[in-house]
Amino acid sequence: MGTGPTLAVWKFSSCDGCQLSLLDCEDELLAVAGRVRIAYFLEATRATAGGPYDVSLVEGSVTTPHDVERIHQIRDQSKLLVAIGACATAGGIQALRNFADVEQFRSVVYPSPEYLSTLDTSTPVSAHVEVDLELVGCPIDRRQLLETLGAILAGRRPDLPGHSVCFECKARGTPCLLVAGGVPCLGPVTRAGCGALCPAYGRGCFGCFGPAATLNPPALVARLTELGLSPREVTRVFRTFNAAAPAFAAAAAPEEAEV
Amino acid sequence: MTHRDRSLSVAGLARVEGEGAMHVRVRGGRVADVQLEIYEPPRFFEGFLRGRGHTEVPDITARICGICPVAYQLSACAAIEDACGVTVGGTVADLRRLLYCGEWIQSHALHIYLLHAPDFLGYDGAVEMARDHRWIVERGLAIKKVGNRLMEVIGGRAIHPINVRVGGLHRVPPASELRALIDPLRRALADAVSTVDWVAGFDFPQFEHDHELLALVQPGSYAIESGTPRTDRGLVFAVSDFERHIIEEQVPHSTALHARLAGRGRYLTGPLARYTLSRQWLSPVAREAADRAGLGEQCRNPFRSIVVRAVETVYAIEEALRLIAAYQPPAAPAVPVPARAAVGFGATEAPRGTLFHRYGLAADGTIATARIVPPTSQNQASIEDDLRRFVEGRLELSDHQLTHDCEQAIRNYDPCISCATHFLDLTMLREA
Repeated sequence: MGTGPTLAVWKFSSCDGCQLSLLDCEDELLAVAGRVRIAYFLEATRATAGGPYDVSLVEGSVTTPHDVERIHQIRDQSKLLVAIGACATAGGIQALRNFADVEQFRSVVYPSPEYLSTLDTSTPVSAHVEVDLELVGCPIDRRQLLETLGAILAGRRPDLPGHSVCFECKARGTPCLLVAGGVPCLGPVTRAGCGALCPAYGRGCFGCFGPAATLNPPALVARLTELGLSPREVTRVFRTFNAAAPAFAAAAAPEEAEV
Repeated sequence: MTHRDRSLSVAGLARVEGEGAMHVRVRGGRVADVQLEIYEPPRFFEGFLRGRGHTEVPDITARICGICPVAYQLSACAAIEDACGVTVGGTVADLRRLLYCGEWIQSHALHIYLLHAPDFLGYDGAVEMARDHRWIVERGLAIKKVGNRLMEVIGGRAIHPINVRVGGLHRVPPASELRALIDPLRRALADAVSTVDWVAGFDFPQFEHDHELLALVQPGSYAIESGTPRTDRGLVFAVSDFERHIIEEQVPHSTALHARLAGRGRYLTGPLARYTLSRQWLSPVAREAADRAGLGEQCRNPFRSIVVRAVETVYAIEEALRLIAAYQPPAAPAVPVPARAAVGFGATEAPRGTLFHRYGLAADGTIATARIVPPTSQNQASIEDDLRRFVEGRLELSDHQLTHDCEQAIRNYDPCISCATHFLDLTMLREA
């Protein structure tokens, strides 16, 4: 085993894509593995070591009673806990259940729903334990992951943006879809980090990095309405992978938020 | 405690996508019960797809699996386009196939090098393997990177690509972007051929299965993004008849549903099935590599699936090169897909096997019903059957060895438990 801090990677309810981002660092993976001691990363190795761990990366949202116990155990064993991805930071796409009747979902998907043990909500890690750092995105951005691991190794705070996707479009020279193209786009309210990928491909941002640090959803909703989106469609565009992030949840259902 | 009645347990079977559990109960020297327990917390995709717009589906279903998002996007597109009576053909269809080749390359390279090969060479994982065989692991990562690069150029990013839409794509790449991939793909082709030769030299346990094999078949090419379901025992049916032939049942130990062929029983989908049914459509270099590896007309040893994955990687790279050579950017990235009240069916070959989707649409495109049948749940009963027979033939082995071999036997199927699971946790109970 190498030297350096011990690293553990944990999975909760998710698609595996965010921890795959680590294995997708093809040029850096072996170098990273030389700087840390991988103590627990089941997708990569069957060798496991007990805690405590210097750094825990947690993917996925909390959706079962067992998950609730497990996230507390992980917190107790981790010096630094980093939640990675939309599931871990906002509840993920499966948090759509928070706005619906889970009983109904259960019986739609499973003929014998009584075998299942599920909570009625899908919640982020921060709803249960203290989180030291959050990497947003569905999926997270590989460059942000490397920046974060590098920062941790160097003992500094990672440089993660709080500004919106709009800044990245400007930096990239992509003409504004929302203003000039008349295309619905969540860029003004969505956190940067993807490199303004969707607008560069001619489609509006669909908010997979969740709410930016400062945002003004009513102004965007007015523009979306001007472009012809019905209230139901406005609700849908805010209810995807970060549906339960408070700013998006409020934008999706303003009348409920005011109550 | 005797060999006939004993209990073993290993917490956490690693190097699979997602997490589940395995229980083997040995009683009086016989395997009494085998359960592949899939307890990934259910995420209810089929539930919350209801009420969404028909154009929203591919971005949502991608999130079922971070390793094979394109499979979920393109099966969804196929089903919705079918419902709306639209066919996406020509170069846009070729670009989708090219994107899917990228997914096969990265997913197979991931499984071969990072998840499966360490079993054959006696390592806990690829990082440990790299200490002794660094250049081999680097070769695998280089192949994987080219697959991801292909997905990035066409899809925008490798995990949850953003460029797929119902009716086609959002943007078509200029020819120059694809041409820039030719040299890296050629290097990857040489590496992939070396990979076939490398894995063909592994020690494989003597073990064969007798499952019926199911895959999509598309005469003229190795089926990836479309085809007709067919089995090696002569059953052929339309994608729209999938649910008449595949029966899914819920079992108490799993949040994945178990599938079987109506009136026929368990079956297997994935690389072994595809190879047996479409071997004749492999590209020349892939076929040669398969012959050199001694795969023959069909491969029924699941441990050798690593060789078949390596051959399919060669094929996907050659196919990508062929598609890029022929590429002329199409006039439009997509065709309109006006909604109508209808039911549509779609199936594609995910890296792990046939992935079926069905959607019922209301007149305005709102999704009324959704059904998704992933490959891992189709294979679950066959994996359990393999385990049962595999353990029965090896009860003389030590607990440690047998447990290790069982983990390897599960990894033969590259189970994507995220398309269904959580923590693959192996417990073996031997009792009187």
